[in-house]
Amino acid sequence: MSAIADDLRRERAGPGRQRNRRRANFVIFLGPAIVLTILFFVIPVIIDVVVSFTDMGRSLQITGFTTEQYEKIFGGDRRLVQVIGLTLLYVFATLAIFNLTFALVLALVTTATNRMTGNFFRGVWLLPRMSPSVLYILLWVWVINPSEFGLLNQILMSVLGLETPIDPLNEAPVMLIIIANGFIGASMGMIIFTSAIRAIPEHLFHAARVDGAGSMAIIRHITLPALRWPISFVTIYQTLSLLVSFEYILLLTEGGPFYDTTVYALYIFRRAFDTGQYAYGAALAVFIIALGVFFALLGWRFFDMQKLLQRPRIEVQ
Amino acid sequence: MARIEFRNIAKRFGDVEVIPGMDLDIADGEFVALLGPSGCGKSTSLLILAGIYLPSGGDLLFDGHVVNDVEAKDRNVGIVFQSYALYPHMTVRDNIMFPLRFKKTPRDEAIRRVNDAAALVQVGELLDRKPSELSGGQQQRVALARALVKQPQLLLLDEPLSNLDATLRLSMRTEIKSLQDELGVTTILVTHDQIEATTMADRIICMRAGRIEQIGTPDDLYDRPSSLFVAGFIGSPPINLVHGAAANNTVDVAGVPFPADGANGSITVGLRPEHLVFAEAGLPGRIAQIEPMGREVLYVVSTDIGYVRVLEQGSVAGHAAGEKVQIGFDPAKSLVFDATTEKLIDGAHVRPPA
Repeated sequence: MSAIADDLRRERAGPGRQRNRRRANFVIFLGPAIVLTILFFVIPVIIDVVVSFTDMGRSLQITGFTTEQYEKIFGGDRRLVQVIGLTLLYVFATLAIFNLTFALVLALVTTATNRMTGNFFRGVWLLPRMSPSVLYILLWVWVINPSEFGLLNQILMSVLGLETPIDPLNEAPVMLIIIANGFIGASMGMIIFTSAIRAIPEHLFHAARVDGAGSMAIIRHITLPALRWPISFVTIYQTLSLLVSFEYILLLTEGGPFYDTTVYALYIFRRAFDTGQYAYGAALAVFIIALGVFFALLGWRFFDMQKLLQRPRIEVQ
Repeated sequence: MARIEFRNIAKRFGDVEVIPGMDLDIADGEFVALLGPSGCGKSTSLLILAGIYLPSGGDLLFDGHVVNDVEAKDRNVGIVFQSYALYPHMTVRDNIMFPLRFKKTPRDEAIRRVNDAAALVQVGELLDRKPSELSGGQQQRVALARALVKQPQLLLLDEPLSNLDATLRLSMRTEIKSLQDELGVTTILVTHDQIEATTMADRIICMRAGRIEQIGTPDDLYDRPSSLFVAGFIGSPPINLVHGAAANNTVDVAGVPFPADGANGSITVGLRPEHLVFAEAGLPGRIAQIEPMGREVLYVVSTDIGYVRVLEQGSVAGHAAGEKVQIGFDPAKSLVFDATTEKLIDGAHVRPPA
């Protein structure tokens, strides 16, 4: 590590003209990203923090600064514990079952079949991501319709011989939001894992087969190790996006029944925009920002992402 | 160790016929080379042997048993790829041990065999490294150790030396050859490099467009190439080939008459540069270019039948550019091919013009 740091320092120093050029490069290449980050992350965060210390309500008027929103979070809001528990369940169940495992299965299966079939299947699986959220949820609403005309009930009743139609929206709402999000969420991992699998040299698979490895052993010893970085990336990225995204839940269940499917991000939304407690919503949002940063750093550490930034130690051939 | 038989093996990919039908016998413990240009089906044959590709037709036999349906993992074949195909996330030790995992080898024995294999190819000190920390030559040795550790009945080498630099290639050639002698494992080397084939193999199978053009010892292929293709492919610098019309014991090459025996009609004469000498009498010409090659000097001579390459022993050129010379040769070493069938005409020879 320190050797690399030394190298970089040595590179950064140097004659004045070179330094100026480096500065120009810095502005040209990093400038746009920095501007966007400040505009859409830093400034909103500052505004959010400021609002969280006010008493802004439905009238959008600020009459004074106060810490009562934070007192409410740590003392008054009994619903919060349940919301946080549900959020963790929702994020990690969706991530583990769909965004990683199912995505991996999709990638493995579609790369193992012939190219045309695989491409077609992946294309189909991407359709919901390409279509508007409202359309996707509209289809789900039809699928889970509690009468005998819903797709799920038609299948259950005609194929499996169920007597009365079921109502997933009321009977298993948490499972429903996990599945609805997972189906669409798996497509990202699927695409990333597919390209990573394609990038594995074919000779490695041939060598492993000749060495005596069966299909499962090849997946375990050749494919999965090659997916280490994509898996790390998808885990961190999807944790964050699941943590803050709530539009499918809002459209499908509106957070209900009651507060049963209200995840943290949706809770903020409901508090701020349904009940008009803008300042309280802002205070809650401060914690989701903190939580996001915490998970990102945790993932970075856990998956040792630092290694990705290291320079290769040796030139191969 | 195994005796290998190809019985009318064919391989098609969709509409493309890579190997139309191949018959071949390889004796137990033999070292053979599949030699040919890119796309001649030699690597495909190797992957069929390994069990990666299934033949589209015909039978493949190991020791008299048909193995068409035996999966790659059950064939007990060792293979070294051109790219070495080392598993990048495993250490050298784990790479070499990988084939033993699936043979249920007891841990102690596996470790012992890994150490033996590593010692055999002199990578004993590198066992804890990752492939990315090795040089090309070291990676190649590790790949060889991985192929040998399971004591395969057949060793397949797919262009194993082409990614190495010239010096290393030379020493690896010798090492692989002596290793094969020592272990006695049936070995098939795929290469497009004729030097590699002639120096390492007991027998060379020269392939062209999925067909076997000639099978023989390196000397056979060099001295008696059965076709124009083999004659052109084997030998460096390449053979001189000139077209002519033969009649009445004379071959007319671009107006120059060469006395000939046993040739008739449209023919191609092959003369290897190393068989040509500067003589008192013979084909007249003028030296156009001199290429010192170390132990030999290659002269390009401009003659009435076109440019002729002449190879002379010795490190110093005995002739100067522009010098007038006469080219002679031993008639017994001349090769005469039928221009239409491109096959060698047995017993036909040409003599230098008087």
